[in-house]
Amino acid sequence: MSVPVLRLENVRKSFGSTEVLRGIDLDVGSHEVVALIGASGSGKSTLLRTINLLEPLNDGQIWLSGVDISAPGVSADTVRARIGVVFQHFNLFPHFSVLDNVTLASRHVHRISKADAEARGLELLDRIGLADQARSFPDRLSGGQQQRAAIVRAIATNPDVLLLDEITSALDPELVTEVLDLVRDLKADGTTIVMATHEMAFARDVADRVVFLDHGVIAEQGTPDEVFGSPREPRTREFLSRFLG
Amino acid sequence: MVISLLSTLVLATIAWVAIINTPGWARVQQTFFDPEVALASLPRVWDGFLLNVRVLLFAAAGVLVLSVIIAGIRTLRGPVFFPLRALAAGYTDLFRGLPLIITLFLVGFGIPGLIGSGGPRIPSEVLGTIALVLTYSAYVSEVFRAGIEAVHPSQRLAARSLGLSHGKSMRLVILPQAVRKVTPALMNDFVAMQKDVGLISVLGAVDAVRAAQIQTAQFFNFTRTCSPASCSCCWRCP
Repeated sequence: MSVPVLRLENVRKSFGSTEVLRGIDLDVGSHEVVALIGASGSGKSTLLRTINLLEPLNDGQIWLSGVDISAPGVSADTVRARIGVVFQHFNLFPHFSVLDNVTLASRHVHRISKADAEARGLELLDRIGLADQARSFPDRLSGGQQQRAAIVRAIATNPDVLLLDEITSALDPELVTEVLDLVRDLKADGTTIVMATHEMAFARDVADRVVFLDHGVIAEQGTPDEVFGSPREPRTREFLSRFLG
Repeated sequence: MVISLLSTLVLATIAWVAIINTPGWARVQQTFFDPEVALASLPRVWDGFLLNVRVLLFAAAGVLVLSVIIAGIRTLRGPVFFPLRALAAGYTDLFRGLPLIITLFLVGFGIPGLIGSGGPRIPSEVLGTIALVLTYSAYVSEVFRAGIEAVHPSQRLAARSLGLSHGKSMRLVILPQAVRKVTPALMNDFVAMQKDVGLISVLGAVDAVRAAQIQTAQFFNFTRTCSPASCSCCWRCP
């Protein structure tokens, strides 16, 4: 039985008096793609931020590849260097070129030489068709291009797991496809992914497991067919009926 | 274009004629704008001007370093850093509250007083530079803090998510963006400091204005006060 890449046990998180995560238990295996679905406010983004240690936990533990990363005294920066994150609003650095954005972490966190980092960066950008934009600045790119560059930035350092936080929610519909195609490619490469998404059809198609979050707890989880096809919980059914009609 | 040029020329001519025909013009010209006298006083005023430039460059460098440190301290998060943040806030409030001339006196006469007559003698231009750095860092650190807080928090999130430490995210991601946002305000403070450099003459340092005053007192001709004015205006143009 291999060690899960990510294990969450009884994770709780409150903001002031509001408890947003109320005891989350989740395992993510190697090469698995897990889709997090749920209404706004259900805790999807907060969950992703606690995994990345951007938000401190109130209770519970998180293990990354068998190492307890929620223990006090753990260097959060070292942990974050092993997790890739892509945000809803891309968050590329506007004062760096696309290539510099992609190679920043490799050069300054993982101490890879500029030449090696740029070679890998150009290779990745070429794969997504942005090699000729490598020296351009992010404001020259379309939303879809920026988001794909942001994805490449996140995977450039070969993270253990990739966290995608509603990465298509801020995109025009016609640009969503190119981003989702890239995620499909990443899955084919064997990347472990946890993605919060509203794209139900995509989740059904690509995810190995779907997790439905409702008011800070996992109300239901299973294969896409189980959750979308025959949901057990009434809450799940109610949520899905709003999306799938 | 031609019309604007013509109207400017007409206005300038009217102003010139009006000034020349005032009763006291001849005397004023002799006292304020005598070219021979200007040339004769140039070496002394030039030396003073070079002192201004030296003090300004060192003070600017010192202000940049100290203000970034203070701004960095003030933007630290976490309750454990409260004493540091409070100290930095106190420093800012104190030196923005003290008039520069008071700070100059305190530093210029206080520090040598503390050292005592047995210790090394610190030149007044160094003491003046220290006072300028202390005062202007208080203002410039607030400008930097405004710039840092104007950078969208998502940039910090993205930087930390890549594994960059707080220091590296500040240096590589936040500060470059912050500086671009507040460049006009920084230029404001730099220009103000250029002019306040002249105040170090209260400590006895002979800068351009002081040199001119000495020359004026010696020869009773205000041309010497006008030449440092034109020096500083020219130097400020770039």
